[in-house]
Amino acid sequence: MAAAQPAQRGSEVVAGGPQALMSVRGLGIRFKTSHGVWQATRKIDFDIAPGERVGIVGESGCGKTITGLSILRLLPNNLAGLDGSIHFDGTDLASCSTREMRAIRGRRIAMIFQEPMSALDPVFTVGHQIAETLRVHTGVTKEEARERTLEMLRRVGIASPERRIDDYPHQLSGGMRQRVMIAASLICGPQLLIADEPTTALDVTVQAQILELLRDLSETSNTALMLITHDLGVVAETCTRMITMYAGEVIEDAAVDDALVRPLHPYTSGLLRSLPHLSPRHGKLPSIPGRVPSIMDMPNGCRFKARCAHAVAGCEKEQALLDAGNGRKVRCWRFRELDLPGALQHAATAPIAAMVASP
Amino acid sequence: MTPQAANNAIVSVRDLQVGFQTTDRRAIVKAVDGVSFDVRRGETFGIIGESGSGKTTIGRALVFLLKPSGGAILHNGVDPLAMPRQQFQSHRRDYQIIFQDPNAALNPRMTILSSVLEPLELARAGSKAERLQRAHEAMDRVGLPQDLGERYPHQLSGGQKQRVVIARALTLRPKLIVCDEVVAALDMSIRGDVLNLFAELQRDLGLTYVFITHDLAVVSHISERIAVMYLGRFVELGPTEKVSERPLHPYTQALLSAEPRPLPSTMRGNNRIVLQGEIPSPIDPPSGCRFRTRCQYAQAVCAEKTPDWRELMPDHWVACHFADRPNFSPN
Repeated sequence: MAAAQPAQRGSEVVAGGPQALMSVRGLGIRFKTSHGVWQATRKIDFDIAPGERVGIVGESGCGKTITGLSILRLLPNNLAGLDGSIHFDGTDLASCSTREMRAIRGRRIAMIFQEPMSALDPVFTVGHQIAETLRVHTGVTKEEARERTLEMLRRVGIASPERRIDDYPHQLSGGMRQRVMIAASLICGPQLLIADEPTTALDVTVQAQILELLRDLSETSNTALMLITHDLGVVAETCTRMITMYAGEVIEDAAVDDALVRPLHPYTSGLLRSLPHLSPRHGKLPSIPGRVPSIMDMPNGCRFKARCAHAVAGCEKEQALLDAGNGRKVRCWRFRELDLPGALQHAATAPIAAMVASP
Repeated sequence: MTPQAANNAIVSVRDLQVGFQTTDRRAIVKAVDGVSFDVRRGETFGIIGESGSGKTTIGRALVFLLKPSGGAILHNGVDPLAMPRQQFQSHRRDYQIIFQDPNAALNPRMTILSSVLEPLELARAGSKAERLQRAHEAMDRVGLPQDLGERYPHQLSGGQKQRVVIARALTLRPKLIVCDEVVAALDMSIRGDVLNLFAELQRDLGLTYVFITHDLAVVSHISERIAVMYLGRFVELGPTEKVSERPLHPYTQALLSAEPRPLPSTMRGNNRIVLQGEIPSPIDPPSGCRFRTRCQYAQAVCAEKTPDWRELMPDHWVACHFADRPNFSPN
């Protein structure tokens, strides 16, 4: 995706290139709580091109899930404010009417969640639930909806869909339920699929099946994928671009291979170093000292500086998402001076190298 | 089963079976169905498997939170179930277990210090002053400042709470700790710290661990030996390097290849084995080899005959009819 955006001069990110399907600019979410208003995320900028697969990574509480939900405006009642803009194929989702939003939600942008059992209604058959999406949005006949549901079930790899279409969710295994959710989300042929930890509740062998399915479907139907996950391995296997979030901000945005080989932000590098895959067996695992600052007490400037080995005077200044060339962006003013280790340096000595080496 | 069993085994498991009745009482789920292994003193013994494989059931049976329905578990060569009740109670203190979710393991209405003190009080260990001292020592050991003792679980971070649970397990100075998915609920950047702590405690206190997890990267980082479990049985057991780099069983091979790797595309290779379907129900497991329904190498014999548990290479065990055929392994 590096070619999609020519290197820009200066530090300001220019709104959506001509090819962007979705351009998020300055997105921020505030919540009302009994302790006042909390800023959950702020200054979120990123683009997704048609058919592109983008991973949003970060640890719990970094704001990745709420960013996904805010695109569909599925926000809790204690919302205090939604700032910025979300330009999606000509419409600003942050400011459009509820009616416009409802026509987009489920039809042009679909979403799947971590736990398919809580997203499926236990009292309706899976066929009914998939067809419902189609009938609400397109008004096709019952027969045609059933026909297309069968076809969709087949495409997501459900064996004997004629039999499964009339099953209730409890009759299906976890992996099949997630396939049903994917079928329901893709039946209207959306331009963007937001998947929030879609494989976290699944076993590793089933996870491999679902990720392969998402990759294939995205490629064959040119559906863009926004994959929200804490698992860098999942992003590496599925996505082409990786956006790293920390404490409510985007701190790095790069092609997956670039971010893994040469991360520009100390936090991305720290995350890669802390993975046991990439560490010598039985050795001490590197970790990031300290913890994420509290949402009630965010520091000025760089939010990672208290945990950062490279922090110096100047990091307390407000940090912009800087253009690092080749379509890369990073929220660290020192990125040009730092030479941070990525996955490659560690992998050479780690057990994973042996696993990879075998043909 | 392993030759060097008797002398340095802290736990010996022989043909262990654990069954549960289904809620309608019509069937028995054999969660663990004929597993034998030894845990050697001072080692970390890893057990990996997917959900429903029976790994957690084994962990609970090892510390007698569940009663085996068949076979035997010996602690230091002795069957604790044959001990008089009181001796059994004091014996158990040497064998502790730590669970995945520290929130569920800590009473929200007890301060951290009283949670850490509780095992000592139940065991009536020493005087009050001695108990307090041992609790403080344990907290110190896991890197928790003493002033945290007055706080409640909700005031602590996830990593701190897991340290409290570890401290509590240490107060009775156990010989062995079963660690069941102990880092699964922790964020990536904290996971390393907690794993380092486990390694440090083992070195300093001579602990033995049985480390149960679904996370391959974690288990192969910390363990000396790994057992791979599928549908109530072990399919492979051997030194970590052998199992993770030269797996003998087709299920282990598939499991390793399914692990998503955080590596750039040029380094990732293209050797993924995507298994079809999902793990069958343990109520009615497949005949013969239980993995045969998902195995790309399965033959007629796999349905007819249960594969023997064989030591194909020194210390490396496998249950597969074809594991010794040279053209079989994808390596």
